[in-house]
Amino acid sequence: MDVVIDNLPRYLEGFGMTILLLIVSGLAALVIGTVVAAMRISPVATLRTVAAFYTEIVRNTPLTLVLIFTALVLPYLGSRLPYVIAAMIGLAVYTSPFVAEALRSGINGVPVGQAEAARSVGLGFRQTVSLIIFPQAFRMTIPPLINVFIALTKNTSVAGGFFVVELFTVGKELANANGQAVIAVLLGVATFYLLITVPLGLLAVQLERKWVVQR
Amino acid sequence: MSNASVLFDAPGPRARTLSRVLSIVTALLVAGGLLWMFLVLNAPKESGGITLPGMFDESRWDIFTDPELWSFIIGQGVANTLRAAAVAAVLAIILGIILSLMRSARSPWIRIPTAVLIEFFRGMPVLLMMLFILLVFSTGDYWAVVGALAIYNGALIGEALRAGLAALPRGQREAALSLGMRHLQSKMLVEFPQAFRQMLPIIVAQLVVLLKDTSLGFIVGYPELLRTTMNNLSSFYGNRYLFPLWVVTFLIYLAMNLSLSWFARWLARRGDRRYRTGGKAGGAPEPDPNQGLLMAEASAEARQAEAPPR
Repeated sequence: MDVVIDNLPRYLEGFGMTILLLIVSGLAALVIGTVVAAMRISPVATLRTVAAFYTEIVRNTPLTLVLIFTALVLPYLGSRLPYVIAAMIGLAVYTSPFVAEALRSGINGVPVGQAEAARSVGLGFRQTVSLIIFPQAFRMTIPPLINVFIALTKNTSVAGGFFVVELFTVGKELANANGQAVIAVLLGVATFYLLITVPLGLLAVQLERKWVVQR
Repeated sequence: MSNASVLFDAPGPRARTLSRVLSIVTALLVAGGLLWMFLVLNAPKESGGITLPGMFDESRWDIFTDPELWSFIIGQGVANTLRAAAVAAVLAIILGIILSLMRSARSPWIRIPTAVLIEFFRGMPVLLMMLFILLVFSTGDYWAVVGALAIYNGALIGEALRAGLAALPRGQREAALSLGMRHLQSKMLVEFPQAFRQMLPIIVAQLVVLLKDTSLGFIVGYPELLRTTMNNLSSFYGNRYLFPLWVVTFLIYLAMNLSLSWFARWLARRGDRRYRTGGKAGGAPEPDPNQGLLMAEASAEARQAEAPPR
């Protein structure tokens, strides 16, 4: 226990980096994912195909492989990105198809009857989408989106293997330096991760209970 | 909402032309982008006075004609990846079954600690778990990878199975009990087989994640596919083969994961057909495992909310 308290500043430093990775790559993934999801439901066939292709490819690539590309292969190809930025790009790209799928499944979850009813009472396309479909899709989208961000939180630890000093790296270094207290050191690291993931998980459950429309 | 055509009127000739033009423009843009990437990668590069050949130059790909290289990639890399994934998958399913049964036990002394345990394992990065097993139990890299993957995915599968158990109609259990079965018999013979079957697509989807996560072995030093190609081979042949090796690794992973994903999707579709007679006609959206779990959990919660604990 003393090891954790003595090294609290280092833990917090790593925790800060983890949160930074989470926020930046989370927002970027949200942007890319929204674009991909919009492409997937667009009336233009090529856009749909491209988006489906992208989703399928990226979703089936391991995160480690993506990060190897951004952190090891890209510098060889001539990029001069710092490792933190490289990790953020990799995490954002890796997370984006999951965001897109969460959004799409939310939209697909609204029964066709809702749209049909809206159209039959004379609402136009814009009114149907903004007043009927979107409010319902939004509620069904938030819980899966939170789950995507929980996964992202855990995935930031992989960046620790690619020269980014975040929580996992701090834990590894402290564990190597304090051979007698490895368990305490690593449980400390785990606590910090749980500090993000457990509240997010509870929030997802809460929102779901409140929002899921009973049909 | 699977077909968006409800949202707007059937497109007239002008809208159809516009859509076709946009389609072609996008196709051209994408093709142009890919061509540009190819040209940039293929361009010879000046570096400190020497000109390096482009990324698709023959001199960068000649190693792949060597059968020994392939037998090393397959024999060590792919074999180790698949071995770790297979063992971890079996252990994870066993662990998931045990956890789901404990999680839905009648005694709170078993149920609540299990719930806490599952939450703990679910909220932790797999990589951290691998490091923990590696350092604390000093089991070696293989068991660190397999153990962490089994525990993490076991917790997730356990949660999925629990949701499946809770989502079953209450009549199943009541019927089993009224036939004179004990609680355990009812659970093992009546409820669990149904829950398992319903959650099978989700479990297989989780196994795809497990297969992808074996690549974390790269970081803890287990010689799986990624470590074989990106570490052993690239340091053996030198940096000039870094990009080709990455591309080959990428393609192998895609092949493995896509075939497993397709299997998962096929299972989901098959299950759907069997259980949902009638249903929506035409173009059903491809089933999303995540959504399935959410729906099961939601209906389980609704059921718990409407009825006092059994």
